[in-house]
Amino acid sequence: MKIVVCIKQVPDTKGGVKFNPDGTLDRAAMLAIMNPDDKAGLEAALRIKEQNGAEVTVLTMGLPKADDVLREALAMGADNAILVTDRVLGGADTWATSTTIAGALRNIDYDLIITGRQAIDGDTAQVGPQIAEHLGLPVISYAEDIKIDGDSVIVKRQYEDRYHMLKAKMPCLITALSELNTPRYMTPGGIFDAYDKEVTVWGRADLKDVDDSNLGLKGSPTKIAKASDKVRKGAGEKVALDPTESVNYIMSKLTEKHVI
Amino acid sequence: MGLEEYKGVFIYAQQVDNEISSIAFELLGKGKELAADLGTDVTAVLLGSNVKGLCDKLAEYGADKVIVVDDPELETYRTEPYAHALASVINEYKPEIMLVGATAIGRDLGPTVSARVATGLTADCTVLEIGDFPLVAVPGKEDEQKHNQLLMTRPAFGGNTIATIACPDNRPQMATVRPGVMQKIDPIAGAKAEIIEYNPGFTPNNRYVEIQEIVKAVGQVENIMDAKILVSGGRGVGSAENFKMLQDLADALGGMVSCSRAVVENGWLAQDYQVGQTGKTVRPNVYFAIGISGAIQHVAGMEESDIIIAINKDADAPIFDVADYGIVGDLNKIVPALTEAIKANAAAK
Repeated sequence: MKIVVCIKQVPDTKGGVKFNPDGTLDRAAMLAIMNPDDKAGLEAALRIKEQNGAEVTVLTMGLPKADDVLREALAMGADNAILVTDRVLGGADTWATSTTIAGALRNIDYDLIITGRQAIDGDTAQVGPQIAEHLGLPVISYAEDIKIDGDSVIVKRQYEDRYHMLKAKMPCLITALSELNTPRYMTPGGIFDAYDKEVTVWGRADLKDVDDSNLGLKGSPTKIAKASDKVRKGAGEKVALDPTESVNYIMSKLTEKHVI
Repeated sequence: MGLEEYKGVFIYAQQVDNEISSIAFELLGKGKELAADLGTDVTAVLLGSNVKGLCDKLAEYGADKVIVVDDPELETYRTEPYAHALASVINEYKPEIMLVGATAIGRDLGPTVSARVATGLTADCTVLEIGDFPLVAVPGKEDEQKHNQLLMTRPAFGGNTIATIACPDNRPQMATVRPGVMQKIDPIAGAKAEIIEYNPGFTPNNRYVEIQEIVKAVGQVENIMDAKILVSGGRGVGSAENFKMLQDLADALGGMVSCSRAVVENGWLAQDYQVGQTGKTVRPNVYFAIGISGAIQHVAGMEESDIIIAINKDADAPIFDVADYGIVGDLNKIVPALTEAIKANAAAK
């Protein structure tokens, strides 16, 4: 079977966010990593490969430097890597991004497409379901567990207060939660091999059945009116008192604010 | 597509097990405000099986109209029949605004439907207002500025940046809205809405997945998003047993216990109690952050609280940057003593 995992290179917001002296986000100082939900999706694909046999292709859309996350995926055990990059694709919202990725996916055979639930830079969780929509595939999002059952997948789909066990016929698309598994590390041999492998690079001309009016900044229905780094609420009072005085301090504040 | 054909504010009235989710009432509250600004009305879209009885409740919370799609295929949420139903309603009734809750259902339904009706979708919005796009007209191009646009504000980068987004050339303008942020109205007893029954027809295909099993969490808890006072603990609390201390304080104040992600990861409390980027967004009257360092992902879920009181032994913990009142000290000594003081205070009244 053939599995395609869609991955994204993102700034690492978890390892501590860096700020410039003026309070704006220092993006240059933040590490670029493979998005955690995507990495869990890749790990799930690699486990299916080990248990059932599969060819795993990773695909990303991004700047040329996104080659780094594709190499990482190859070093973890992916078989093929595709980078979709083109100046005209820049500034895409989720509609234009999903249109682009769907256009790339129309060139390849797949039984299963796995994406992360959401990327930690945008947190939208939209691109996976939208790719499925463009390709007319069944979608199962928020996957906590994935099993292959003949020509179908059985997925544990998480909700706030429950989960559903869902069965879908392949081809289909699944969005993975990082809770799905603990991704493996790259092996030294894998890293070595990864740099010998060829990454396929596609541009606008390689996208199938896609109209220019749906690509990049111009093809994005949503437009940014204003963006700013968040102004945080300032610090209030801070005291260091002995326990009894601390309690008196809190009691006085709760009384002052009519909480008690 | 003539944009002016699209009229009215629609909200997706999520129901689970034929019970309307709180987010539906929150969306009605916000939808009513937006509709007033636009001089239009607010319509709830209710999808399910045997759900007609829920319409009056939506009316009480502000719906002028309710469009009901009642069909056995919609008994339990599945992406395809629900997306088909909502997309068909949009194509038939052409709303200018379509709001969906940013729940585990809405964040699946929203993107699927927005792609199907070929419009933009802004995720996890925390502020919605009507305004101009661009915000300020470009000099010499004043006539190109569009009015009465939905301006959708959302956090990104783990809550570190905030962006306001418009959807000027496509309709409907679609947003998913973070639960717990918008205000419900006080229900109006006996209010009635115009009920419109609609069924687009359902023909199962490969995209209808099969539900094999539904497993509900046992002992479903009260929702921390409804609490007026939250006593929230982090890694610094030290153990599951020590949360008893926080529960006692919460009980004394008539509040609830919540926690940071670290606590869930350690298995001390269930995920239902987690506040933050990957948990719930809360804004109680008082939020106690006890033994919580204040990682950006946690702060994103609680910084809108009216009063934040932090207790932490580390004077440099980032939680003190957002706390109104910060106490550097030993939570094991302060928390039990505080509980006693609150009980004594209550007894004296």
